[in-house]
Amino acid sequence: MKITVNVWRQQDAESKGSMVPYVLDEVSEHMSFLEMLDVLNEQLTLEGNDPVAFDSDCREGICGTCGVVINGIPHGPEVTTTCQLHMRTFKDGDVIDIEPWRAGSFPVIKDLVVDRGAFDRIIQAGGYISAPTGSAVEANNIPVPKADADHAFEAATCISCGACVAACPNGSAMLFTAAKITHLGLLPQGQPERDSRVLGMVEQHDAEGFGGCTNIGECTAACPKGIPLDTISRLNRDLLGALSRQTIG
Amino acid sequence: MAVSGLIMIGYLLLHMYGNLKVFAGKEAFDEYAHHLRTFGEPMLPYEGLLWIVRVVLLAAIIVHVYAVVVLWRRNRKAGAVRGARRYYSKKNRTGIQRSYASFTMRWGGLVVLAFIVYHLLHLTTNDIAPGGASDSPYERVVNGFEIWYVVVAYTIAMLAVGFHLWHGIWSALTTLGQNRSSNRIDSRLTGLAVVVTLVITLGFLMPPWAIFLGLEA
Amino acid sequence: MTSTPNATGDVTPDAPTGASSETETEYHRLGEDIRDTAAPSGPIERRWDDRMFGARLVNPANRRKIKVLVVGTGLAGASAAATLGEAGYQVETFCYQDSPRRAHSIAAQGGINAAKNYRNDGDSIYRLFYDTVKGGDFRARESNVYRLAQVSVNIIDQCVAQGVPFAREYGGLLDNRSFGGVQVSRTFYARGQTGQQLLIGAYQALERQIAAGTVTMNTRHEMLELILVPDAEGVERARGIVVRDMVTGEIESHTADAVVLATGGYGNVFFLSTNAMGSNTTATWRAHKKGAYFANPCYTQIHPTCIPVSGDYQSKLTLMSESLRNDGRIWVPKNKEDAEKDPRDIAEDDRDYYLERIYPSFGNLVPRDIASRAAKYQCDDGKGVGPGGLGVYLDFADAIERLGRPAVEAKYGNLFDMYARITGEDPYERPMRIYPAVHYVMGGLWVDYDLQTNITGLFCAGEANFSDHGANRLGASALMQGLADGYFVLPNTLADYLAGSPFEKIADDHPAVLEARQAVEERLQKMLAINGTRTVDSIHKELGQIMWEYCGMERSEEGLTKAIGLIRELQNEFWTNVKVTGTNEELNQTLERAGRVADFLELGELMCIDALNRRESCGGHFRAESQTEDGEALRHDDEFAYVSAWEHPAEVGGKPILHKEPLEYEYVEMKARSYK
Ligand SMILES: Cc1cc2nc3c(=O)[nH]c(=O)nc-3n(C[C@H](O)[C@H](O)[C@H](O)COP(=O)(O)OP(=O)(O)OC[C@H]3O[C@@H](n4cnc5c(N)ncnc54)[C@H](O)[C@@H]3O)c2cc1C
Ligand code: HEM
Ligand code: SF4
Ligand code: FES
Repeated sequence: MKITVNVWRQQDAESKGSMVPYVLDEVSEHMSFLEMLDVLNEQLTLEGNDPVAFDSDCREGICGTCGVVINGIPHGPEVTTTCQLHMRTFKDGDVIDIEPWRAGSFPVIKDLVVDRGAFDRIIQAGGYISAPTGSAVEANNIPVPKADADHAFEAATCISCGACVAACPNGSAMLFTAAKITHLGLLPQGQPERDSRVLGMVEQHDAEGFGGCTNIGECTAACPKGIPLDTISRLNRDLLGALSRQTIG
Repeated sequence: MAVSGLIMIGYLLLHMYGNLKVFAGKEAFDEYAHHLRTFGEPMLPYEGLLWIVRVVLLAAIIVHVYAVVVLWRRNRKAGAVRGARRYYSKKNRTGIQRSYASFTMRWGGLVVLAFIVYHLLHLTTNDIAPGGASDSPYERVVNGFEIWYVVVAYTIAMLAVGFHLWHGIWSALTTLGQNRSSNRIDSRLTGLAVVVTLVITLGFLMPPWAIFLGLEA
Repeated sequence: MTSTPNATGDVTPDAPTGASSETETEYHRLGEDIRDTAAPSGPIERRWDDRMFGARLVNPANRRKIKVLVVGTGLAGASAAATLGEAGYQVETFCYQDSPRRAHSIAAQGGINAAKNYRNDGDSIYRLFYDTVKGGDFRARESNVYRLAQVSVNIIDQCVAQGVPFAREYGGLLDNRSFGGVQVSRTFYARGQTGQQLLIGAYQALERQIAAGTVTMNTRHEMLELILVPDAEGVERARGIVVRDMVTGEIESHTADAVVLATGGYGNVFFLSTNAMGSNTTATWRAHKKGAYFANPCYTQIHPTCIPVSGDYQSKLTLMSESLRNDGRIWVPKNKEDAEKDPRDIAEDDRDYYLERIYPSFGNLVPRDIASRAAKYQCDDGKGVGPGGLGVYLDFADAIERLGRPAVEAKYGNLFDMYARITGEDPYERPMRIYPAVHYVMGGLWVDYDLQTNITGLFCAGEANFSDHGANRLGASALMQGLADGYFVLPNTLADYLAGSPFEKIADDHPAVLEARQAVEERLQKMLAINGTRTVDSIHKELGQIMWEYCGMERSEEGLTKAIGLIRELQNEFWTNVKVTGTNEELNQTLERAGRVADFLELGELMCIDALNRRESCGGHFRAESQTEDGEALRHDDEFAYVSAWEHPAEVGGKPILHKEPLEYEYVEMKARSYK
């Protein structure tokens, strides 16, 4: 197929960027989206031009490294990661707009590559269970009801890609934050730090400059892992509880 | 924000209940308007309760609008890159699943604000008097709503309120941690939001249209 | 049974005489034998305790003054860095991704083994030890493997305490499954993403230490050189690394008291593999060039159930869990003419269920290497299906008929979805196509029992070292090894080394530091200056084809010799005709790739040389010349029961030097595998 891509090109964080069109004459429908960009880059390199910078690593939909906004939608039209999107989703003659995640807290580094370091800092602010190596008790001494374990697992499938922020009209990272709160908050091991976790993480979320959540739900629709929206409600519940215990106690 | 919004919703429900008294006729309605002012006497001074409600509502509006301004500014910064549109692509501008209601919270909210001002000037302070001023609240209402553009304006405002609440109620309950369904669309909260919204919107729209169409008692 | 590799012929490597024809071949020289002097002797179940007890300790108050560099944040690196940070050392970590949590450990699907015996099915530490030694085809050290089995139990406890959401049963206790053909259920799993869940656990522990200030994280930093500094006695010690800030291009040096490499495997030498795009050998290869021995580079694991290549644009291969072979039946058309046909139109009689035919007792469940090679033979025979004839069918029609579609969906739904997404074909309707792909490397930097390389102060953990799997790794054992190394082994053995520190501080302008930096800068500039006509990827792909063809599932003297010649030509092509666009002072992904490919080109050559030297078939290494009459792998324990530890020649263009570490088996009797 013949495909035209409009790609966001931006030399570095300081430069102004713009959309640049490129034409690819022979795109196979079996290619993955990123392989299509690989082909473009080979073409650009041979012409002596700078290839398009984009992030990817596992190309299996699990590491969360990849992610671009395709035709205005993070990770494109299907519920999956950019690396798992295939060209058969598009048709001959299509024009595809490709842009980086855009959010104040995700500054562009180059072209389609952004800095998502804010996510790591949110985890640093409490997204863990303090269990120093060697201190653990025998694993089966901590039974976890299967339903809770399954729910926690579901929330733990977040790959930290940032699509939720890119999709959110408010640039909020609540879904990401809430997924972690839910994962750890549902497990018995996570209880002792439940209050300090939610307070710390939400504070860091705000300090990073992410927007406030108004429950629009674009995040969950864009999320390749389908992290559900009720995680945000759970976060709010924990937050209200923690705040009230903080004021009373 | 959620709390202030919910306070206002609570008021709207009462207010709507009162409005429906229009159907009970002039006596009942005027009686209700008067009763509002004398409720609690002699423990409360004349218009005592009304003032409490007014203060609470005013505070709620101030808190609400303050929260809106803070949120709006913060989210503007969080979302877009300065000086640039957020996404250049003209495709899928409306997002993936966003409801129209969630889109219009800000502008819809402003429409509601403008309306509240007008509404107060019209029916509370008696300063604007389309269709003729009167000392009887019932008369004021009926006079006003016999004019088509008043009804249209009122309808637009109520639709704006409807949209605002449709998303607002769901959102407020979620913010308060009550969303326990993992499904965005079918959740019970959305159902509740829709029902309350419909009740309020229709409830408010009934009197003016009834008056306009000459169906009132 | 004990066996010494030097018992045959006139080879006397214990005292190399230099000029004998056997001590020097066309491609390598023979060096002195080496031994793992750190390993304690005595009863095997006491060895690790003895080592821990014998290890020196570091006073907690001193730890703050001691600095350790950990390169890599996969299971091995993240767990080591977090644990060392908790202990109070100053730790600095590096990864090339934008977050430590994206290390390739995240992609592991199947599970992690541990000898918990929760199923009461006869498992024990000893059985896990036994299975691993046997699975490794008697090319791993008994002491190491026993320790691995011992600490496996603590790993599960540690991970659960951190909140890793392992699969559970209705009673709330941990679930297990059997994996990779073993007869006990000892594999713990978190649906199809055990690697991600374990890594998140280690990552969160790491982030906790970053917040506590004990660990400093450097993301998007790639290690390009090792810094060695001689101490007062003239012993070269690893004292730092040179890294490139991948965002700004700045070349930085970091110095410390010890260096740990946990940089993962080098499967990407084949270009196409199940590894992540950025997986590389650069850190280990640079260390090798500075003197660290590279052990068993030719041991690669090829996984039979991957999704086949669809075209020459293919950038990587995707693994599908081995569990598919429990219910799927593998076949090819009997007649070559049918290869192009719709498989559903091929009559039952015209299908060859070749694994069931050749291995009646194990059938479709034969070990990975056997299943892989059998598929290759069918395709070599012209019976392969799909693009390029490189694929065989994995058919669930029978399973769907027997169990019903819902049952198959429940068991394999996510794998089927993944297949459908990638190929656009519906596996419920049409048999899947599979083909083997490179998946794991058993080879890596040589380390002793303490995980220390032969360079003093340089340690190596996880897939990057060669330690525990011998010639072949059992399923679900790599995650176990990475976490064993990082949580439990290194923190103890490294302490023993650090007890002698802090060492003299190394200034940024120390000649050794300057020299290392300069070497890095020159190399980068050299690559940028070539400005030829070949893209980096095209050279990498060509290397991959050579490796796959001649150093893949089946290796022969003729093929390997040819491959070495081709690779040398390609090295020359790279250094004279590669095109690297842009500059160093920016985010330059082409430059990053070029550096990695340059190292793969050298490693590929060494892999072929190692494969050429090992004239036996064992585990993941199959030499065409060494097979039984019916085509099965034939080991030569009398000649090859040793670890090949390769030393890089000091002189440019010199031959690599082979050091043999004899392997001795006191507990498990050396036997040949049979799966018929
Ligand atoms: C698809 C797949 C499925 C698998 N499934 C299983 C399974 O089910 N069970 C099992 O036991 N094993 C499995 N394995 C194997 C197992 O996942 C790996 O062997 C193991 O996770 C390796 O961990 P590691 O910590 O050694 O390295 P990695 O996780 O690969 O981490 C390497 C780290 O080093 C960093 N790094 C690399 N080079 C440099 C450099 N030059 N400079 C700076 N940093 C660098 C990277 O950034 C990364 O942080 C699987 C492997 C694959 C590919
Ligand atoms: C004065 C004019 C008003 C303005 C400018 C305004 C504006 C807003 C805005 C911008 C939001 C933001 C959240 C979002 O985007 O989803 C919001 C939320 C909300 N508003 Fe209003 N609004 C107004 C009046 C009202 C009134 C009169 C009511 C109730 C009767 C109300 C009820 C709510 C509720 C319940 C929410 C949800 C709160 C939450 O998500 O926590 N608002 N409003
Ligand atoms: S919540 Fe979903 S969209 Fe957001 S980071 Fe996690 S996986 Fe990505
Ligand atoms: S590259 Fe790993 S999720 Fe896409």
